[in-house]
Amino acid sequence: MDIVWDWFQWLYDEHGIKLTIFYDEWDRNRFFKGIWTTIHLSFVCIVLSIVIGICGTWLQMSPLVWVRRIIQAYIQFFRNTPPLIQLYFFYFAVDTSVSGLLGVHGGILDSYGWAVVSLSFFAGAFNVEIFRAGVEAVPQSTTEAATALGYTRRQVYQYITLPLAFRVCLPALNNNLINLLKTTTVAYAIAVPETLYISNQIWSDEYNVFEMMNVVWVIYLVLVGFLVWLMHNWEKSVKIPGYGK
Amino acid sequence: MTQSSWTPDQPIVSLKNVRKSFGELEVLKDISIDVMKGEVICIIGPSGSGKSTLIRCINALNDIQAGSITVEGHEVHNPDLNKLELRKKVGMVFQQYNLFPHKTALENVMMAPIKVLKQSKEEVEKRARALIKKVRLEGKEDAYPGELSGGQQQRVAIARSLAMTPAVMLFDEVTAALDPETVKEVLVTIKELAEEGMTCILVTHEMGFAREVADHIYFTDRGVIVEHGPPDTFFDNAQDPRTKEFLSQIL
Repeated sequence: MDIVWDWFQWLYDEHGIKLTIFYDEWDRNRFFKGIWTTIHLSFVCIVLSIVIGICGTWLQMSPLVWVRRIIQAYIQFFRNTPPLIQLYFFYFAVDTSVSGLLGVHGGILDSYGWAVVSLSFFAGAFNVEIFRAGVEAVPQSTTEAATALGYTRRQVYQYITLPLAFRVCLPALNNNLINLLKTTTVAYAIAVPETLYISNQIWSDEYNVFEMMNVVWVIYLVLVGFLVWLMHNWEKSVKIPGYGK
Repeated sequence: MTQSSWTPDQPIVSLKNVRKSFGELEVLKDISIDVMKGEVICIIGPSGSGKSTLIRCINALNDIQAGSITVEGHEVHNPDLNKLELRKKVGMVFQQYNLFPHKTALENVMMAPIKVLKQSKEEVEKRARALIKKVRLEGKEDAYPGELSGGQQQRVAIARSLAMTPAVMLFDEVTAALDPETVKEVLVTIKELAEEGMTCILVTHEMGFAREVADHIYFTDRGVIVEHGPPDTFFDNAQDPRTKEFLSQIL
């Protein structure tokens, strides 16, 4: 690897292109940790938001009115307010009051933890609506055929509705997860050391805003590109021959 | 008590004074039909006369407001009815096939016996392959519904119902959505079933077929049974003016 680092050192010496993240060990370490934090944060939030989406959709079909109302209120709140304000709300308001209530010093979660909670609920609200649209797209005649065969309601949901709904909503889910990955940059505001936060520190220290801005573009293009590629393969792998034509 | 004992000398399906409304609209007014084991019953009549509703009541897809329905001793009208037990007895085939699009033909046939009846996969697969052969779809086991023609899908749907070894089969206008050239292949399958002694209740517009396979024809109009009888009597010697008018339009 040294030869690569040396080449970037040469690039700076000869052409003035200052990519300290390659030849300066301190910058390199914190920068790659930043990328890892972005990946980690995105992954955890994606998984949790999908879980929230599935549970929320199920609760939305509850026969109990107040359960449906709570889910509806949750969706309206998180979908209709900016994610940055939600993050501040959790980190400053919720953390302070809850830790005050419990008598815990120094907060109940760190900034990373609150970013996970806030972003998962944010993306989860959209996922509930996405999964609901998928469930509604499953023809009633198909589920009725299962009912006539003696399936219980849970079996109809598990074996017929969910697998079909899932396929219908994958494209919309892709969009939301891509948005979620990009929205992890708001965690910058509460000092989660993710890619943008670290890049900002580096360009403040090294005065290389131009170089680092380009690096940040490339990082997000590659990360989102990878997610898109993964999701497309997933879509392809669950495609049903002759269905939807 | 939602189930009484049933002996083969009693009707396997019995509807007595059945009434069914959707809101203000009364679609079934005092319907009574008895079906003996092994009989083939065809229900014919103009659109909107309540034919589909009638057979959907037999497996409790629709509930009724008055009267009684029993299927092999199961009291379908009883609010405490165990619907799952009833539906194990009654197979149903729909106009739009309604196969599970994400499962292959073989999986469509195998799923319910495995998930609902909890039978072993090996045993079910053997039976499912035999059923697919029976409906003349050998070689299509691994095809998805979207890759099959309407007639082929409908035959898979029949096999799927038969896999549950029902005592009664309901057919709800099963050829109405098919191309004319594929209607025959489905009718042949049903005819074979009837000849093997399966109790069948069909809603159909195929008059020639009804005449050929049915033991008894029921003509419904505006929620009542206008006339019924054995096919030859019914078609050649209809008494009621409404029946005559319907038959003159359709034959």
